Amino acid sequence: MMFGYYLDLALRSLRRNKVLTTLMVLALALGIGACITTLTVLKLLSGDPIPQKSAQLFYPQLDPYPANQPFSRSGKRLPFLMSYVDAMNLIHAHKAERQAAMAMSQVKLMPPSGEGKPFYAQGVLATADFFPMFDAPFQYGSGWTAADDDSRAQVVVIAGYLNDKLFGGANSVGKMIRIEDHDFRIIGVLRAWAPQPRFYALHLGGRSYGKGDAVFLPLQGARADGLMPSAMMGYGKSIDVDHLESAEAIWLGLWVQLPNAAAVSTYRSFLGNYAREQVSLGRFRKSHTALSGLMEWMRSEHVVPEDVRLQAGLAFGFLLICVVNTVGLLLAKCLRRSREIGVRRALGASRGAIFAQFMVEAAIVGLAGGVLGLCFAELGLLGIRHQPAQYASLAHLDLSMFLFTFVVALAASLVAGLLPAWRACVVAPAPQLKDA
Amino acid sequence: MEIRPIFSSLRRHRIPALLIVLEIALACAVLCNAVFMIGQRMANIHWPNGIDEAGISVITVNGTDAKLAASNIPRDLAALRGVAGVTAAAAVTSMPLDQSPALTGFTTTPDGKTTVNTSVYFMGRGGEQALGLHLLQGRFFNAEEYADSGLKDFQSTAHVALVTASDAKRLWPGKDALGKQLYANGKSWTVVGVVSDVLAMDPTTSGPGGRYSSVFYPSQPDGMMGNYVVRSAPQDRDRIVREAVQTISALNPGAVVEGKTYARMRSDYFANTSSMVWMLVLVCAVMLAVTVFGIVGLTSFWVGQRRRQIGIRRAVGATRGHILHYFQTENFLLSTGGVVVGMLLAFGINLYLMQHYAMTRMPWYYLPGGAVALWLIGQLAVLGPALRAAAVPPVVATRSV
Repeated sequence: MMFGYYLDLALRSLRRNKVLTTLMVLALALGIGACITTLTVLKLLSGDPIPQKSAQLFYPQLDPYPANQPFSRSGKRLPFLMSYVDAMNLIHAHKAERQAAMAMSQVKLMPPSGEGKPFYAQGVLATADFFPMFDAPFQYGSGWTAADDDSRAQVVVIAGYLNDKLFGGANSVGKMIRIEDHDFRIIGVLRAWAPQPRFYALHLGGRSYGKGDAVFLPLQGARADGLMPSAMMGYGKSIDVDHLESAEAIWLGLWVQLPNAAAVSTYRSFLGNYAREQVSLGRFRKSHTALSGLMEWMRSEHVVPEDVRLQAGLAFGFLLICVVNTVGLLLAKCLRRSREIGVRRALGASRGAIFAQFMVEAAIVGLAGGVLGLCFAELGLLGIRHQPAQYASLAHLDLSMFLFTFVVALAASLVAGLLPAWRACVVAPAPQLKDA
Repeated sequence: MEIRPIFSSLRRHRIPALLIVLEIALACAVLCNAVFMIGQRMANIHWPNGIDEAGISVITVNGTDAKLAASNIPRDLAALRGVAGVTAAAAVTSMPLDQSPALTGFTTTPDGKTTVNTSVYFMGRGGEQALGLHLLQGRFFNAEEYADSGLKDFQSTAHVALVTASDAKRLWPGKDALGKQLYANGKSWTVVGVVSDVLAMDPTTSGPGGRYSSVFYPSQPDGMMGNYVVRSAPQDRDRIVREAVQTISALNPGAVVEGKTYARMRSDYFANTSSMVWMLVLVCAVMLAVTVFGIVGLTSFWVGQRRRQIGIRRAVGATRGHILHYFQTENFLLSTGGVVVGMLLAFGINLYLMQHYAMTRMPWYYLPGGAVALWLIGQLAVLGPALRAAAVPPVVATRSV
């Protein structure tokens, strides 16, 4: 097997000049380590939070703002939240397969036994379709119904981790829990469920990454107990906080599930008709509306932190420098061996054989760089896990990134090897032999 | 130093020479932009703030009954003033850099428009001492103003307000701000004092216009005032935070009480920024190291290849200094080529970042700065191989390879 012979030649050549080989592998590994670290974070942050459903989830937007006080200066962006009146009108129209309005709220929880200190947790106030629409998996019990919404039921669904903390993981359905000094009956416990990023909390004041929200409450029932949304924006003289439901304020996010393109276009025209109707009623000044798919919505709202994208760009610049560096060092090694190449050519090795020999050498450098680069990436991710960012604890290398590391390493080293291998295979045999 | 022989020698090694130029160009381009980003972020981390940052601690109380605020807040404040070492204490709605912005757009006419979001602070009696505000003009609030004011639906029911120096200049350029009216949402307030610039609650997202745009209102105790500002000597802060949290927790058993020094609040606010700075510094250092490796590697190879020529030059009378200078000059020429290309590239990257990211134009001096840095690094990298070349004895010339 010629490949075995090239491998042997390459290893011999790499062993002959240990310092140069170490420098090449080290430089390539540093570049790859930096790239894989930043790409892992980028992938984590820009991934699809709910892959099986994201194509069906849409975010409608309306514009109730007065003419002299537009939501955005350019007029291009629509208000990113909805007023209670509009959200309820759209929900009660039932024009989508599923529809739910939601707000986030920091809530005070009291441990059930009465001992232990009260603590704050992230709560979601939502209408009934929230769970089936977002495929939230239940460990015990279930979510509430539209009838519970209407009757302002004092019920709650809690996250699995909260159930572990408060009830030791036992089935707590039917038990009571004290939230913001009101008693709620637990009707469901979720399995571990935390879409990354938390798309439904965008602009509502929740966290974007990290472990999921702790409690889920029926919107109207929780509001009846005085729970306040974390984010609200007024478009009138002031926000009447005692009557948020009728106030000139936007504080709800509305998501709808539309199974196919026909449903999307039907909903789009329904939304347009609704806005025009509101204009004719004098409630709205502008009839423009928007309906964005989940991934499109996250892109347009720049969910991925700018610094993370900058870091990925910087890491690629750095990898490029490392590749150029490897090209230079491989070339130096190869030119130094002109005589050896001359001898092999004179003994009958074809240009292709020489080319293959040098590419094998480059690939070995690449693989070694990949292995070491993986170590650097693990170190880098370890460093990121110690950072204060919300997503820090999630920064782990998954299988696809693990394999991707070797793809990057091989691609980088083979690209770096092309020029030296080409230079090597055009070496003319005769002058090299004469010179000696 | 004659440079023509260097050029003719480089022409014979076109590809390695171009690789060194390319590597230096890329390093220069990335270095200029990375250092620029580091500089910008360091400037953010050190934004000045017109309160006594070194002496302030903040005790945050959540989950109390808002209806009892009128009696609870004075009781809590009295207890806090009793903690040894506390020189002042007051209740406020929020703090600069606390990331929970309460924003309003203020204008100088009843129906004016503004694009600046101003952070709105409500402070209870004694707030100016507790925060350590610096009065530049006018006066602070008096006892009646504190007693008669409050907040309803996030708006002040007071008739007076304090503004920052930046806002005074922005809203009434060239005029005296004292006695002027501030308007927002159909209400108005008289400016009674101007204080030195206090940072916004979330200055990185409020933009340059909103960074020092803050308005202070007086207020009687209110349920919205969830923060107690406690002032002390800097060395007492940690103990005072501990004791204050204990005191307030004991007085409000159902509440969630947290305390931290203001220095800690600032470092929390800038935590992401400072980790980005460290990451940039690390990448720059490693990148420069890799560039040095590359130059060392290529030049060593070069020197090895030309041992014979060096020997001949030495044999015909060149001193060690000549040989050393030859390689140093050669590296200088290559670096010059690299930094010229690199500066163009750096400028191009900066333009790209300005279009796609919130980046400003890089000041011109970063470019020559980066150039000088890479010249020095090039010289440093070439020194080892050049010294080895200079050590080649003339006798090499007489040996047949």
